[in-house]
Amino acid sequence: MSRARGQFNFTGDRRSRSGSPVGRVQTGAVNRKVCYRVARLSEDTASAYGVPADALAISGVSHRFGDKVVLDNVSLTVPRGAFTVLLGLNGAGKSTLFALITRLYDNVSGSIRILGHDVRRRPTAALQRLGVVFQSKTLDQDLTLIQNLLYHSALHGIRKAEALKRADSALHIVSLSDRAHEKVRNLSGGQARRVEIARALLHRPGLLLLDEATVGLDIGSRESVVGIVRSLVAKEGLGVLWATHLIDEVAPGDLVCVLHKGKVLFSGSVPGLLAAASSSNVRDAFRVLTGTTATAEAA
Amino acid sequence: MNIEIAIHPMADVAPPKHGPGAYLACFRGIVWREVLRFLYQRERFLSALVRPLIWLFIFAAGFRQVLGVSIIPPYTTYVLYETFITPGLVGMILLFNAMQSSLSMVYDRETGAMRTLLVAPFPRSFLLISKLIGGVAVAILQAYTFLAIAYFWEIEPPLIGYLTVLPALILAGLMLGALALLMSSLIKQLENFAGVMNFVIFPMFFASSALYPLWRIKEGSPLLYEIARFNPFSHAVELIRFALYGQVGRTLEAGEEGAGAGISIDHGIVIPLQSGQLLDITHLVVVAGCTVLFLAAAIFAYNPSKGLIARRGGPAGGAM
Repeated sequence: MSRARGQFNFTGDRRSRSGSPVGRVQTGAVNRKVCYRVARLSEDTASAYGVPADALAISGVSHRFGDKVVLDNVSLTVPRGAFTVLLGLNGAGKSTLFALITRLYDNVSGSIRILGHDVRRRPTAALQRLGVVFQSKTLDQDLTLIQNLLYHSALHGIRKAEALKRADSALHIVSLSDRAHEKVRNLSGGQARRVEIARALLHRPGLLLLDEATVGLDIGSRESVVGIVRSLVAKEGLGVLWATHLIDEVAPGDLVCVLHKGKVLFSGSVPGLLAAASSSNVRDAFRVLTGTTATAEAA
Repeated sequence: MNIEIAIHPMADVAPPKHGPGAYLACFRGIVWREVLRFLYQRERFLSALVRPLIWLFIFAAGFRQVLGVSIIPPYTTYVLYETFITPGLVGMILLFNAMQSSLSMVYDRETGAMRTLLVAPFPRSFLLISKLIGGVAVAILQAYTFLAIAYFWEIEPPLIGYLTVLPALILAGLMLGALALLMSSLIKQLENFAGVMNFVIFPMFFASSALYPLWRIKEGSPLLYEIARFNPFSHAVELIRFALYGQVGRTLEAGEEGAGAGISIDHGIVIPLQSGQLLDITHLVVVAGCTVLFLAAAIFAYNPSKGLIARRGGPAGGAM
């Protein structure tokens, strides 16, 4: 919360990619340094189809396991170039929502669209635009960083020569180029997380999902992980859905979606959240909305 | 630089549709990872090798005098017990490997590596089959290492057998792997794997023709005999046995029962030849049939809308 207001201002960033050629060149100048670009729909082309599609648009999704309703009519939007925090306690339904977005199983009701592509009807097109960092560790400990990245590129059908180039620039983004040939086992938790972010960027997604990405990291690693993701949002225009139960990860310019017991209690900007709960800070607002008296974050 | 930027968003409007090249890259990547992981885990390689070697060096030596093995196809002379159980032990390697890869899939699921695989933008059946073939490739590496060591233990099938056994190993490996894949979707948690050991691996292995010819079992227990000859693993072992001696699709003389060492379901699946001979392809058909069956069930179980995972809310252990 101490972060300077507007530093990662969501509306400001959006202006810069409103389709004007100038804006794009500027973005390119920033990119030159890292030689990395993110797959995204050109605003011009997308507008030919009507409204440019949001990075992620979920509408009316409910899900139940047996009699237990885990998600109840959830709607949520992640615009392109927006850092959206999915805020919820453990058991709020975040993981189920992630399972549905990543199409581990299908949503039975409602629709989930990634950059305009319905996950159910066009899974390949949707998944091609999706990058995921799962909560649990998913790297092969005994393989090197580069081997892990090559495997992931292969999963996206990227051939080796191209994959090597992309692995190189992705590692550069997370500042781990010098460790490329070390085994993942030798990395710290924070470094491994950064490799997972690099891996999620290899196929140049337009939407990045991160599920409790900072759990178990020390303060320094947390800041570096959050910093990397936020700069990707600012520079590359990625839409990010950041699931967390740590309220202090919400910055003033973010969009917030409060998920509680399977229901979306609030969705919108931080000032909107504060106004809706007539609170002075996000933590109080969260308590007012969810009716929890205990501290939201035990961790 | 600016030119590149101008071009790029256009190229990104739709990421390229996957052509055969992308499928190949994906397939190679998955198989390559399985093999690489296996090679890096040296303890796993050794323990996988030590198990059948203990059976061969110790168990078989001890039982050599107890179990007499008569001349039964595909053998043309009296064979030592070691020679008889070698194909069974190769089957054991495949079985353990398949179950281990199923274990690793449950484990992967809990750690999330399986989810990384399933979120790849390819048809899920393709991903699962690629993963399956990766596991089979690892198993076959082990099987050949074992056969090479056994060669110096004077288990010397005809040299051509080392070639003809390959398709049998692939098919048997696929069958067991598909079974394991199916089980990995059924097991909800890692702890249940001990149960798999007790209720799947051991019964499948011991109630089969891996350790003793079926006609010996029949003398001892007709019931066990019935179980063993319908056990798909028996057919996998017999397929490997006959293939190792280049005799898959052996012709039967008129009046001869189906393969004596094993288990034709008394003239199971045979193709009539001229001059009253029959061609016995029971094992091949049974193993191939089971492969298709298990694989279809596994793909169904992993199907995002119909499968068991969707219904039960797995697989991520704590999925909530």
